Amino acid sequence: MSVMNIVQAINNALDIKLGDDKNIVIYGEDVGVEGGVFRITEGLQAKYGADRVFDSPLAESGIAGTALGMAINGLRPVVEMQFDGFSYPAMDQIFSHIGRYRNRTRGKFTAPLVIRIPYGGGINALEHHSESPEAFFGHAPGIKVVIPSTPYDAKGLLIAAIEDNDPVIYMEPKRIYRAIKQEVPEEKFSIPIGKAKVLSPGEDITVIAYGAMVREVQKAIVTAKSKGISVELIDLRTIWPIDRETIAQSVRKTGRALIVTEAPQSFGAGAELISIITEEAFLHLEAPPTRLTGFDTVIPLPLGEHFYMITPERILYEIEKLVSY
Amino acid sequence: MFETYNPIDDKLYKVIDNAGKVVLKGWNNPLTDKELIQAYRDMLYERTADTMAVNFQRQGRMGTYPPNLGQEAIHIASAKVIAKDDWVVPAFRELGVYLAAGASLMEIFWYYKGNENASKFAGAPHLLPISVPIATQLLHASGLGFSLKYKKEKGVVFAYVGDGGTSEGDFHEALNFAAVWQAPVIFIIQNNQYAISMPVRQQTRSINMAVKGIAYGIPSVKADGNDFLAMYDVLSYAKKQASAGNGPFLVEALTFRRGAHTTSDDPTRYRTKEEENTWLTGDPLNRFKSFLNKKGLLKTLDDKSLEEEYKLKITKEFEAAEAAPEYKPDEVFATMFEQMPDELKRQKHAYESYLAGKERQK
Repeated sequence: MSVMNIVQAINNALDIKLGDDKNIVIYGEDVGVEGGVFRITEGLQAKYGADRVFDSPLAESGIAGTALGMAINGLRPVVEMQFDGFSYPAMDQIFSHIGRYRNRTRGKFTAPLVIRIPYGGGINALEHHSESPEAFFGHAPGIKVVIPSTPYDAKGLLIAAIEDNDPVIYMEPKRIYRAIKQEVPEEKFSIPIGKAKVLSPGEDITVIAYGAMVREVQKAIVTAKSKGISVELIDLRTIWPIDRETIAQSVRKTGRALIVTEAPQSFGAGAELISIITEEAFLHLEAPPTRLTGFDTVIPLPLGEHFYMITPERILYEIEKLVSY
Repeated sequence: MFETYNPIDDKLYKVIDNAGKVVLKGWNNPLTDKELIQAYRDMLYERTADTMAVNFQRQGRMGTYPPNLGQEAIHIASAKVIAKDDWVVPAFRELGVYLAAGASLMEIFWYYKGNENASKFAGAPHLLPISVPIATQLLHASGLGFSLKYKKEKGVVFAYVGDGGTSEGDFHEALNFAAVWQAPVIFIIQNNQYAISMPVRQQTRSINMAVKGIAYGIPSVKADGNDFLAMYDVLSYAKKQASAGNGPFLVEALTFRRGAHTTSDDPTRYRTKEEENTWLTGDPLNRFKSFLNKKGLLKTLDDKSLEEEYKLKITKEFEAAEAAPEYKPDEVFATMFEQMPDELKRQKHAYESYLAGKERQK
């Protein structure tokens, strides 16, 4: 065991897999000498050489499209989109080809690749550096989408993503990159994709969150507990394929559900989760399943961002409303 | 000649004229008589199959199809240069190339009838599937090229795009990535004068398409795409260069799409008969045939009986496509992932329950 933050846990997972498998290559903008703008790949080029960990030309569609070409011939590229807002040029390759290649060729060619994307707001950044595009990727057939919220999960989910024989979008909550430290095993381990985790059991209400929002919910739970409200917190961990069973079981027990995401509201993960809840727990519901999300607006620049970001106070407010419904 | 070729001079590499006469000074014929005759037969086979495909579509026996008429010299010259270790990254108008890479006509027909099983191309391990979104496939070629170099595998990548595709961002990104990586990729632009209805003079202000390659540091040649011998020369040279570790190469193949963009398109809306007739005089089959006739190589070859022989063979392939197993609901789900996620299993099960219920009501 050693104590790691999310940055170190991701770096450690990449290090282990590079050592494991010669077919793994890592590239993206500034990931080589620089170690990435968030230092995720720091030291990897020095350790594994510039033919395996390297800077690519500045073109996101190019990064995604060439990764597919490599994967077709047996490589397993792990590529980085520098920021969430820069992943949009790659969407054509992801939606039109990467998610479809296995099906289009009936399994003759596959796309075992990982696209890492630092995402989310709350870091006082420039425009296009604070986006939460998980719903776009979750909606695209053929793509798995995972989001860790802890260093332990960051390592286990990334190893699972790299070892998966299908394409995985691995989204990193950059706001908490260095905010949480945790004991993480040094050896290789993986966490199954498609499984949510009950982080704390409770009786009165189920709160579902992922990424940086998990920590905000945990803060709200402390206050809720002091007010006598027992909250069950589920960390979704995988956006697609979504873990219907864990969600259903929890809401059947609590009868109430709040979904917390920082992405815009409409057609987002919250909508999907509420559909699942109404389909699976309809007769158990004691209050309308509710979502607390970002607005259907552009996320504001730093001076206005606090109006947009979800706070523990707002989470608590919604929890209390639902419990007394 | 190719060593000193500069696309900015806008010279067209061409071996024979429209009458089949060799016009390139100092040209040495690289092929045997037998190979030349076989190339002609292959071009005729592609044309016969392609013409029949359009007819099958017209008869309602096949879906939308993009005709290859007039572009056979590019395809068959590629076919002669592509070897077992090489990879082929198609757009969607390269029929003769798919066949050379190991696809069967039955699969092509089956694909255009509308079944993904066909694009497995079982006999063609290095043939990628047909790619519809314009120019996106070129990035796969650059990635493949990287993988060949990384794994120290033999072979080069042949990647195809049309004139319209040169306006897409992915075209430029693919050229740049391949050049930066010095990946063994041969980009072939089939400049057939039209992107659906848009004439090439409105597609770009560049003097030709080949200059786009040299901007990325890629040796690039504009060649007569209706001249089989010119295409064979330039593609052989490109392959030699790429195989020797000299990085990517770009060929602009000047041609004319004699047919419609697809069977859903009507070219009379955007071009004149006069224009079509101008290009007809340079038709790749006629030109090559005249060349072979001048050499006295076609004395024993009768187009009519050859076509009849091909038609029988092609009809059999089409009948095999018509007799192929029908599309099962299972196949909608089966190959989306290596292991079907629960969420897909649930959706599949719900649909199966609906089908079973319908069956019981009968």
